[in-house]
Amino acid sequence: MALVGRGVLAGLGVTLTTFFETYPWGRAVLRLMGRQHTNGVVTIEYPDVKQQHAERFRYFPFLVYDKEPDNLRCVACKICEVECPPQCIHIVGPAKDEQGRPLKPKGRPYPVEFDIDVSICMSCRICVDVCPFDAIEMDNNYELSDTDRFGHLVYNKEQLLRPNEYFQQIKPTEASVVDQRLAAKHAKAAAVPPAAGAPPPAPPGPAA
Amino acid sequence: MSLDQLFVTAHDKLVHLAEAWLPDWTGPWASIAARIGLVAAVAPAIMMYLTLYERKVIARMQNRLGPTRVGRYGLLQPLADGLKMFIKEDLVPEGADRLIHLLGPILAVVPALLLFAVIPFGRNMAAVDLNVGLLYALAVASVGSYAIFMGGWASRSKFSILGAMRSVAQIISYEVPGVLSVVAVIMVTGTLSLVGIVEAQRDGWFIATPWGLVAGVIFFLSGVAEVNRTPFDMPEAESELVGGFHTEYSGMKFALWYMAEFLESFIVCALTVTLFFGGWDGPAVPFWTVAALLALLVATATRLAVPTRAVGALVCLGAGIAFAREPLPSWMWFLAKTYFFFFILVWFRGTFPRLRVDQLMGLAWKFFLPMTLLNILVAGVWVAAPSGVARWLGSATLVAAGYWCFVRLNKPAPLERRTYVLAD
Repeated sequence: MALVGRGVLAGLGVTLTTFFETYPWGRAVLRLMGRQHTNGVVTIEYPDVKQQHAERFRYFPFLVYDKEPDNLRCVACKICEVECPPQCIHIVGPAKDEQGRPLKPKGRPYPVEFDIDVSICMSCRICVDVCPFDAIEMDNNYELSDTDRFGHLVYNKEQLLRPNEYFQQIKPTEASVVDQRLAAKHAKAAAVPPAAGAPPPAPPGPAA
Repeated sequence: MSLDQLFVTAHDKLVHLAEAWLPDWTGPWASIAARIGLVAAVAPAIMMYLTLYERKVIARMQNRLGPTRVGRYGLLQPLADGLKMFIKEDLVPEGADRLIHLLGPILAVVPALLLFAVIPFGRNMAAVDLNVGLLYALAVASVGSYAIFMGGWASRSKFSILGAMRSVAQIISYEVPGVLSVVAVIMVTGTLSLVGIVEAQRDGWFIATPWGLVAGVIFFLSGVAEVNRTPFDMPEAESELVGGFHTEYSGMKFALWYMAEFLESFIVCALTVTLFFGGWDGPAVPFWTVAALLALLVATATRLAVPTRAVGALVCLGAGIAFAREPLPSWMWFLAKTYFFFFILVWFRGTFPRLRVDQLMGLAWKFFLPMTLLNILVAGVWVAAPSGVARWLGSATLVAAGYWCFVRLNKPAPLERRTYVLAD
């Protein structure tokens, strides 16, 4: 006669094994018994210990600049503003002089204002995909909580600026691809003779 | 001063003090006040730390850590929970019977506290050694079902009333096998005093006898069902009834329900230990081994600050050296066994899904009840027969045969093969 309640006892065994697995001495006992065991507790005690995330992990966009903060790649074309599904990007620009001609201090227009709302952004990376200038990239910093609900959650241009070195540091693979693409673009631009007027001022190449 | 009689000595000193400084008649009153005060102070503390104990153990069984943020190892979590309960709004639903709604949780906690009076926590450590202690315990414990029904009824809520009705059905059903399993103990010991029952187990715990095994298991499982714990938590099945009978409670009233549940769980464990596992009785383990183990545990607790660890370990070691020649005190044995049974309760909760209502009732009426009735017969044989191997084997055979019969009788009839007319 099969013992009634054998399944019940087996279930109790499973939970007890799990209980022991969470202690180092318990794992040692299980090893001595020749039992398979997992590594126990899966909890990551967040503020003390941070989860290791993959390189491709993304959270919130930032604006890339080369060498100095004035030299940002964004030309205020507003493609990202239009494409952003939750419409969290707000751009004013490009900056213009009194005659209405765009100012080009570094050889290209620049946005007067560039705001992204943290509380609206859904981390979809579409802004990065649509940007023709590789001017916007995704940051992996996810600790953006703030005590001020209305003021501090909208990041302005100064808060969004990051050097290209930062991009290379947090996402080496993606940054190297972008750098190669930009270098190729610049080489091509340099090879084509300027059609008319002044030659385009040599854009500072990416730091790669 | 012996460690075993530490609390008894302290109590006697207090009474002597009262008699020396105050009029003579204050002596007994001081004794009563000391006992009541101890129960009133210790019971909530036990309950608070049982919640932490449960949360920690169940977390480990689910590969989690449990509370860790409030105090080291989450040791202050119960205080934080208590504080939270205190400052929460006390809501009473519209149309509820306010008086009974208030009385429900109070009536649930009071019997649980009253039960502490007769539990022998150690040698000479029952607050009252009633000669009908067991009867008192069973009677007072059953008051809890009134409280649950009052709470559920007075809430004027469907979920509450459903939970309360389930609760009444369940508690009444499980009280029958619970009480009948105890009858065997009463027959063998011939006493209703819990102290007397513990003393009767000096030669061997009742769990080691065939009738004791059956009665012990059934008593414990019925107890689990009576205090509405998983897998018998039909009255508060949160996935079905929101919170069951305590759906409409908040703040301290809700905390009182919780307190009643945990205290009753503790009492069930304590009664199981008292009736079947020798109560405060235990092998004469020298006290210093346990003290040394505790010292090691504190010293290796990596989350505590180093000075705390050093002081804690030294205190443990000091106690071990000071009482080196004594065995483990009886109250420590009792608490260790009781907490082990509470661990089993949590273990059940971590393992089993909730029973269906018909399974729940079937278990009580179709298996536990006949088993306990048979067990009374076995206990009778045990009392009448001369002691020896033959008595042990005979009653074991009787128990095994009964078990086999009842399992066979309870086997569900195989379902007929269904034919679906339209499917063919």
